[in-house]
Amino acid sequence: MSLSGGCVIAGIGQTPFTRGTEKSTVGLHLDAALEAIADAGLKPSDIDGVMPNELAGTIAEDFIVNLGLENVTFSSTMRHGGASLLSAVKSACLAVHTGVAKHVLLVAGRRGFSQQRMSKASEGTIPPHPLFREFNEFESPFGNTAPLQWFAPAAMRHMHEFGTTSEQLGRIALTCREHANLNPRALMHDKKMTMEDYLASPMIADPYRKFDCSLETDGATAFVITSAERGRDLKKAGVPILGLGEGHGTPPTSMTHKRDMTKVEGIEQAGKQAFEMAGLKPRDISSVQLYDAFTWVVLSTLEDLGFCQKGEGGAFVESGVLGLNGGLPLNTSGGLLSEGHCSGANLLSEAVRQLRGEVEPNRQISNCKNILISGEGHFHEGAVAILGRPV
Amino acid sequence: MSIGVRPEIKATEISQGFWDACKESKLVVQKCCDCKKLRHYPQLLCPSCHSEKVEWFEIRPTGAIYSYTITRRPFHPAWKESTPYALVTVDMDDGVRMMGDILNIDPEDVKIDGRVAVEFEDMPGQGLVPRFRLVY
Repeated sequence: MSLSGGCVIAGIGQTPFTRGTEKSTVGLHLDAALEAIADAGLKPSDIDGVMPNELAGTIAEDFIVNLGLENVTFSSTMRHGGASLLSAVKSACLAVHTGVAKHVLLVAGRRGFSQQRMSKASEGTIPPHPLFREFNEFESPFGNTAPLQWFAPAAMRHMHEFGTTSEQLGRIALTCREHANLNPRALMHDKKMTMEDYLASPMIADPYRKFDCSLETDGATAFVITSAERGRDLKKAGVPILGLGEGHGTPPTSMTHKRDMTKVEGIEQAGKQAFEMAGLKPRDISSVQLYDAFTWVVLSTLEDLGFCQKGEGGAFVESGVLGLNGGLPLNTSGGLLSEGHCSGANLLSEAVRQLRGEVEPNRQISNCKNILISGEGHFHEGAVAILGRPV
Repeated sequence: MSIGVRPEIKATEISQGFWDACKESKLVVQKCCDCKKLRHYPQLLCPSCHSEKVEWFEIRPTGAIYSYTITRRPFHPAWKESTPYALVTVDMDDGVRMMGDILNIDPEDVKIDGRVAVEFEDMPGQGLVPRFRLVY
């Protein structure tokens, strides 16, 4: 019994992305949740599965109490950092496919600007996770205190082995910015960026400059997942979930001990599973929405998923293929780098909107068939989803 | 964790031996008593043969930089006066990976494959801990 195509995304909801909010994190999540439920043509009482997001620190009970949910039969929280949302999609599909739940609500996002700033991770803005035990003992006391620092050596090693350049990382930042300039929701909608701007942005943790970093953002995004069969009777045609994968790499507890730091092993593993489940190959993908907390992760993800060979990511991104009309448009909302970092959930919502044909006409991907979405969490854990055209 | 104070090293039952050895200026890692493989950071079972029998094994304090980053702005108040500093991922000559810091560097001097050595330095409140220095 294959999971492929058995479940659909029936509804999405999203708060505005801001830098500053009067709302609590739970308040943002409830706004997004109500919108997603309405978008699916459902009522809150139809929700019987709840998957809160680890990074926000919300719990199923927040939704049960505030939405008055009386029939919740399934609740679970994935704890894979930035990969949590997509691994939660898989878990939701498993619950729906096996009849454990009918309509599962997933909500992600945080007050990433007003409260949980990643640049101040050392001050406790990341919820405690036992996964960081060794990191906290052996690395943060020596000054490795923020995500940018723990990811930077991977990019540095890739540059050393393959000659990847700053300009190539910059191409990723610029591509996301160009797409954000077309997206009224994007935090950077009105801000242009040139390669000169990118190269002039301050070096923070070599080889990462300020403009290699995603945006600390307030906001939330929600989804409702149901079966393909049930989805046919709902308000909008469901967006089918064709492929799913999850990978943890070795070891998932430390970047330092990656045998090969030049790849995101968790995404490589997840990608193989997702392509196999979907029965698709990279050439079948119309667009990629790749987790871009930092630029290099995108470059490596393209290699790790087989869109190009290992080490050729730099030339690949320079070729222009990732532009809106380039053949494999990347992060068409602007991504975490330029739309906003909603715990990666805005990559999935963008894929749904593109496949439904709901985005502004000037940024609609033409002939859009299958979209691949990735998530990266903690020390190169990964999750991948492939969505198809609504039927 | 209070703001402004360097994160404290909290040894656990399985890592205590590492920090105890540091107090004697010795660098030790876990060695599986059955398959003899070295491992670091300390963990309960040997990931190769799943034996829990383990002893502390002193390694040479030298290695080569596998990768690194230069922190140019502080992400934590305790490092406000310390930038720029290097965080180095090191392939130790005896085959394990370690991460550490190098203070007071010219960032241009830190290179992948560059040689480094551990020195034990007193960290306030922590006692002797391993820090790296460049070897020319």
